[in-house]
Amino acid sequence: MTRFDRFEGSATYIADEGLREVVNAAVALQRPLLVKGEPGTGKTLLAHAVAETLGRPLIGWHVKSTTKAVDGLYHYDVVQRLNDSRFGDRDVSDIRSYIRLGPLGQAFAADEPTVVLIDEIDKADVEFPNDLLRELDEMAFHIPELDETVRAHHRPVTIVTSNAEKELPDAFLRRCVFHYLSFPDREQMEAIVRVHHPDLDSLLLEAALDRFFGLRKGKNLRKPPSTSELIDWLAVLVHAGLDPDTVRETDPFFGVLLKQEADLLGRHGRKTSV
Amino acid sequence: MIFGHLLLSLRAHGLPVGIGQWRTFLEAMERGLAVGTDELYRIGRALLCRSEADFDRFDLAFAHAFADAELPKDVRDRLAEWLQRRVDPPSGPRVDPGVPDLWKEFLERVREQREEHHGGDRWVGTGGTSPFGHSGRASRGIRVGGPGGGRSAVRVAMERRWENYRTDRTLDVRDLEVALRSLRKLVRDGVYAFDLEQTVKRTCDNAGDIEIVESRERQNQVHLVLLMDAGGSMAPHHDRVSKLFSAAARTKTFKSFTSYSFHNCVYGWLYRDIEQLDRVPTEKVLRGLTPHHRLIFVGDASMAPYELFSPFSWPGQDSLAGIDWLARIRSRCRASVWINPDPRLYWNHPTVDAIGRTFPMFDLSVDGLNRAVRKLRAPV
Repeated sequence: MTRFDRFEGSATYIADEGLREVVNAAVALQRPLLVKGEPGTGKTLLAHAVAETLGRPLIGWHVKSTTKAVDGLYHYDVVQRLNDSRFGDRDVSDIRSYIRLGPLGQAFAADEPTVVLIDEIDKADVEFPNDLLRELDEMAFHIPELDETVRAHHRPVTIVTSNAEKELPDAFLRRCVFHYLSFPDREQMEAIVRVHHPDLDSLLLEAALDRFFGLRKGKNLRKPPSTSELIDWLAVLVHAGLDPDTVRETDPFFGVLLKQEADLLGRHGRKTSV
Repeated sequence: MIFGHLLLSLRAHGLPVGIGQWRTFLEAMERGLAVGTDELYRIGRALLCRSEADFDRFDLAFAHAFADAELPKDVRDRLAEWLQRRVDPPSGPRVDPGVPDLWKEFLERVREQREEHHGGDRWVGTGGTSPFGHSGRASRGIRVGGPGGGRSAVRVAMERRWENYRTDRTLDVRDLEVALRSLRKLVRDGVYAFDLEQTVKRTCDNAGDIEIVESRERQNQVHLVLLMDAGGSMAPHHDRVSKLFSAAARTKTFKSFTSYSFHNCVYGWLYRDIEQLDRVPTEKVLRGLTPHHRLIFVGDASMAPYELFSPFSWPGQDSLAGIDWLARIRSRCRASVWINPDPRLYWNHPTVDAIGRTFPMFDLSVDGLNRAVRKLRAPV
């Protein structure tokens, strides 16, 4: 395996053995890595950690419901050009100056190897992933306006995240290396929290984790708290200087953990603030 | 050719591995990306599965293909002898044995066990809810009789921890979101106010005089109507069904969402609440149905035959039989399906059969709901 760039997790990102192998397989096979999982399992952070450990710049593409595949490649700003031709003083005969490369385009054109993050691909239209198949396979695309082909000098490491809001097309899935990020268990969670709060009192952490996993175990929450909420909550607990017993016996600052009104209201009878 | 064996096993377990995927997998093996069984398992899963819903099938296939490294021979022979006796296929709900480290526990029990066991919850045997043995009701465990355990990846595979992610399983609470997503397929997409392309085209047509074009928003035309059986036999499903309903009510993408409840079957009245106090004549609901309405019934469809076929079923109801009411609804609205939360096992029942011939019937699982939604989009 020494032949390949190795991903080993980073100082701020805990990756288990399985995840490391899968990331390294995706890098070695030059396939997009599709990461799925509950919110708060660290899908997006994974891309940052991969970029950091491989020492490559990260180019992020945050997909929205209106995003089209071509947006990631390039954008031809016709409106600006039209505007300039009527009111501006720029030279409109140079189409090139109105073409801006999108995140994928930038990664292809870059002089150094990069990591591309296609974040929340399931937010876009159902056909969106299919429109990218050829570009991701060949790592090249054509710009008809310039009659030029942009070809990747270095195949970027592509990391795709999905919250599973929509099913992704089969043809796309077949080309990806797939990894499902499970919600961290207690031990992993402790390690993750330690990264963010290195000086945390162990008893307080113990108490907070008990409450946190207790909440997640109860099935009647509409939105169970996730990792980032736990980390925020701990910061608040530390800031307020609460002791472990208070954390166990009351519901201090539960508004940080529970974001649905119904989940908070369902806890009446317990003291909810301090 | 051990990998060929794996491919056959995967396909036999219903995992449709494509040639391209398989070649990538072989390439990964050739390049030495997986040196041990554990890596083989993890990398194989990453390359050959397309979703966490496939993991359980992969686990089964993997355990099947690689469970050749076995227990010590004397232990195996002893177990084989104990487990030879055939038992009836298990019935009743599956039980989680609640053992965190199955393999460790298994080795300990095998060491302690001195005799045959059938139907208990602890020892290696047949039937019962022990996680070890075969033909039992434990939801995870180590199957003994047939392939033995062996390498750690195989053990992990046998724990079937991904079983909850299969899409053909009946829904549990976690699957609710997934189910609703497939309901959302009913919605027509596309809310555009400012139409850039048309603006540019018109502007060019106008020789550069800018003309702004706004295209009309497209409204979602679908009215969703959910009709839920609140009868006694639905009690075990009440939790899942009512959660499905309250979540559907929160989905604001339909032009309208209405829910009614009924008892066993639809008769002259439908109820707006589960307590069945606020009622409307079924006749009126029927008249209000348009071609844009989609009906989803949720019910176990099993009742005493007279409750479905007799015109004089419930006191105070008018004299049409339940099955005739259903037929009227069906003929008025072809975009209608019946979701049955009972396992298919129980569908062999005269009233389920009759209702299944009136409405296309699907089970309350992610797969079932997906197929139901497809049916609703193209009703015949």
